Amino acid sequence: MAKKEYAFYPGCSSQLKASASNYLVSTNSMCKSLDIKLTEIPDWNCCGASVGYCEGGELPRIAINARNFAQAETHLPGQDIVATCAACWLSARESKERLDGSAQLLKETNEALAAAGLHYDGGANVRHMVEVLIEDFGYDGLKAPMKKSLEGIKFAGYVGCQTNRPFGIVGESFENPLYLDKMVETFGGEALTGYDQKVTCCGGALAFSEPEKSQKQIRDIVESAYDAGAEMIVTPCPLCQANVEVYQSEINKKQGTKFNMPVLYYSQLMTIAYGGSAKDAGLNGQLIRAEKLEKIAGK
Amino acid sequence: MTTANQNANLANSERYRNNFLKEVEANVEEGHMVKMCMQCGVCAGSCPLGNAWEHSPQKIFMMIRAGKRDEVLGSDSMFMCTSCYNCMVRCPRQLPITHIMHGLANYAHRLGLAPKGQPTREFATLFWNNAIKKGRVNELTLTLRHYFRGGLVSGIKEALGMQSIGLGLFLAKRLNPMEIFGGHGVKDLKGFHAIIAKAKEIEDRKKGFSA
Repeated sequence: MAKKEYAFYPGCSSQLKASASNYLVSTNSMCKSLDIKLTEIPDWNCCGASVGYCEGGELPRIAINARNFAQAETHLPGQDIVATCAACWLSARESKERLDGSAQLLKETNEALAAAGLHYDGGANVRHMVEVLIEDFGYDGLKAPMKKSLEGIKFAGYVGCQTNRPFGIVGESFENPLYLDKMVETFGGEALTGYDQKVTCCGGALAFSEPEKSQKQIRDIVESAYDAGAEMIVTPCPLCQANVEVYQSEINKKQGTKFNMPVLYYSQLMTIAYGGSAKDAGLNGQLIRAEKLEKIAGK
Repeated sequence: MTTANQNANLANSERYRNNFLKEVEANVEEGHMVKMCMQCGVCAGSCPLGNAWEHSPQKIFMMIRAGKRDEVLGSDSMFMCTSCYNCMVRCPRQLPITHIMHGLANYAHRLGLAPKGQPTREFATLFWNNAIKKGRVNELTLTLRHYFRGGLVSGIKEALGMQSIGLGLFLAKRLNPMEIFGGHGVKDLKGFHAIIAKAKEIEDRKKGFSA
């Protein structure tokens, strides 16, 4: 039996051939090394994400999140729900807190769920994968299966918004959360604590709708990583990863910069540290190749 | 603006005449917290898009209390929200500012008073419709619909501009051209849609949107 079992909520972007498919690949490898068993919530649906509010409204948004909770409660009773995507986690946890805090909202939500023969009791906890790693395993526990050091690589730990605010990781501050730096150091990498755009917003969905405003944010995030001496950026959020990696070429084209900064997930770093191959870590999914990490993987 | 929107708008502005704060409290997500604002301005200074909007959350909250209904519901400021939650965690009175901004955006959008052609309003609508169609987001059709929102010619131009990124994502197995034929989705689509329809019906009834 696996050491820990969770009801897994991968989210839309982590699916096969979607924009964060390399997050899923590396998460699966990382969990294998830690003896974590992730069971997908059967027939899970989209959380509504950060821009769902405009057309979706309040109750429909909460109801679709409750549908996932009901599925998890029924099919994976007693297991915490774990999301890897920052927006999935935030939408789900926010929905859960609202439902826990209002009997009226819970009643209305169950009225909606009944239309599909479902019911939500308020049982399952909603957690982010990073919370699970830090709270259920701890830095020492995470280090135990380590086979290779990430020594010699300088990382800018870009935490971003939604794994940090409004909930965050217990014990961390909103203005200067340290968990990502500690994770980097756990695996022998150099965490650049002077990286000053650690919790800056990448623009989120506005990368699509207001590209100029968003690209100004992204430029700051990448430029500051260069200023701090970083060789790679590491992040826990799939939208941060995509926005900060994908638009570097656009910014170069428009503003004459020469950005070429790899942007990785913590799970990719950990997979390599646990002795996984570049493929296990989804490094073939990078638009900007993380050569130094590939080299360690090949050793 | 549809007739249903117009009717709801007229009915609600008549019902709460001269008391826009009450209207917001009754119909906007977390609107009951607006009166807690003490006008310190921390939210205004914390917003990453601070130089992009006309009204900061602080201003919006004061305008609500001053009964500036048309100005608030016609403002584009709420659509500048990136959902970064910086204002919310810093607010000394613990107003759920992000949620209130989302709620105001939704209310203005539903009443047909939000700025026409506002790009995030349009993208947000596109996103929700895309996500609920099959229960999971189809990134390819979402992107294509977004690029082609202004018609064929501007769409081709915009899509060509992003061609190298698209190719890169495809080669990195992070974009699937086959998604055009459907892509991922939930199995119990009927049940999923029934939940949303029922939730919408309850919400519309409460907020005066039902016919």
